[in-house]
Amino acid sequence: MKSFQTSLIKAMDENISISVNNLSKNYGKVSAIKNADFQIKKGEIVGLLGPNGAGKSTTMRILGGLLRADSGSATVCGLSVADNSLAIKRKIGFMQENNPLPEDLRVMEYLKLRAELKEVDSKKLSTEVRRVMDLCDLFRTARRKIIRSLSKGFKQRVGIADALIGSPEIIILDEPTIGLDPHQIQGIRKLIDSLRGKYTVLISSHILSEIERNCDRVIIINHGRVVAMGTKPELSEEFIKENHLRLQVSGNIESLITRLKSAKEDYEIKEEQSEQNDYSTIVIKSTEALDISDYTEIVNQISHCQLKGINLIKPDLEAIFLAATKRSWEEIRIKS
Amino acid sequence: MRHFFTLVRHEIRLLFIAPPTYVASVLFILLMGFIYWAILRSMTLVPQDTSAITQFFSLFWLPVFFTVPLLTMRSIAEEKNQATLQTLFSAPVPKYAIVLSKFFAAYLLYIILWVLTLYFPLITFNLLSDNLSNASLVNASEIIGSLIFISLSGILFIAIGIFTSSLTRSQLVAGMLCFTFLFIICIGGQQLEYATYNYFAQGSFFFEGIQYVNVIRHFEDFSLGILDTRPFVFYLSISILLLSLTVNMIDSEA
Repeated sequence: MKSFQTSLIKAMDENISISVNNLSKNYGKVSAIKNADFQIKKGEIVGLLGPNGAGKSTTMRILGGLLRADSGSATVCGLSVADNSLAIKRKIGFMQENNPLPEDLRVMEYLKLRAELKEVDSKKLSTEVRRVMDLCDLFRTARRKIIRSLSKGFKQRVGIADALIGSPEIIILDEPTIGLDPHQIQGIRKLIDSLRGKYTVLISSHILSEIERNCDRVIIINHGRVVAMGTKPELSEEFIKENHLRLQVSGNIESLITRLKSAKEDYEIKEEQSEQNDYSTIVIKSTEALDISDYTEIVNQISHCQLKGINLIKPDLEAIFLAATKRSWEEIRIKS
Repeated sequence: MRHFFTLVRHEIRLLFIAPPTYVASVLFILLMGFIYWAILRSMTLVPQDTSAITQFFSLFWLPVFFTVPLLTMRSIAEEKNQATLQTLFSAPVPKYAIVLSKFFAAYLLYIILWVLTLYFPLITFNLLSDNLSNASLVNASEIIGSLIFISLSGILFIAIGIFTSSLTRSQLVAGMLCFTFLFIICIGGQQLEYATYNYFAQGSFFFEGIQYVNVIRHFEDFSLGILDTRPFVFYLSISILLLSLTVNMIDSEA
């Protein structure tokens, strides 16, 4: 029984790429991270979200072996970050915030240098550089260009290509889409999607829609604390207590509103019927589960009222993020 | 060591694409050429006790003031300014390898520049071998002694440049700091010896101590073929100290 438990724990450990326990870091009197706890499984794409100064970059830099934590522990692929900073750098591809690159080098020169520094076998060096350039669509267009002359989007690609060199087990991307236009963001998104299943990826971003599309799981940090963690449905269940239903109706709306008032429904009229719109939009809010068929029946019961559309509004990541960070702010305010 | 050689190659490449390297090299060759020509000219006017090559190398401190800052000011200050040190730190590279690679690349270029100046006596020897004695132009022992001194003191001068470059993000400030430190090291010791000449008895502990830090006096010994171990300890220990401090400086950047 004991050996079964040991092998189960070992199997669980082997399935975990990153483990952070009670991690804290202070800059003078300012606390950047306070007792952060989370784990990331192998092959997961996890988004790290938080307002500016929440501690995302500090967490990533500690995991990347660039910064030492004041207390707590972090392990990467089973290795302690504090004790094996060089060894863990062999297991992590790290693209830092603002992606600093040597401006005077050509893309190929830079990636070859990085491959050598990341201890890629000298016989496989050219093949590896070619592989990451192909993956990031740099080979045809930018391999001979001087980094200074590249657009922001291509510079980000060079940063991601650098992180992918040597096929590390974990890729950490700190704000990979910052300052990019929508086309470039789409390109980077496709690139990150292509990493799914091959690498464990930790991404921080301010663009919530990107995290929502790319990531399997989200960790929300606020004021140095992990305030929420989980898949989108798990987070919405935890943080979004109200259900929303959107009704698009035309005709006798007054009767419908009277009916909603008499039933003590909490509702909000989003759009009025006008010359442009031949219907009004009413959003019904409830802490109870909302059933589409019930409301279809209610509208059908009212004479001269036509139902144009009806759907449940699913909370997006922005709503979850705002709810999670608002709650943590309220907790901090109460404590202080 | 694998990373060290990779980084040295990278640093040499960076030095060769940096304009200050070419400015330093051209100024160095022009100034040293002019100095050698002026020494030869004075030799034709007034009889000299010392050979041309000793007089030439005795002015080693003059090009050091601008060559070393120009070769080293960019090395760490620029990386700090562009935050590319952080990118280097994300690879499995020890920090001492980063500092040593920058040091060796600049040192190599510094030595190459000095070796190039050997063309001056060689050219003169070929052109004027009928008019002047060989010893007054190309004296092997003096050249070897002077070059050993140049190589040894160069370790300290380049270490000063690398250290001052790690103190700031501005290349200009790094260059100015380097010039100031070099001025104190090269001229300070000599001036201190002059200033205290009448106050301390020759051979006393203090006088010996002041002579020990006088870089110009070290050169005089080396050019006479005297290889004392004490200057080796002086230059190497301070250089190691400065390079260790540089490693600490860039460590605090992380």
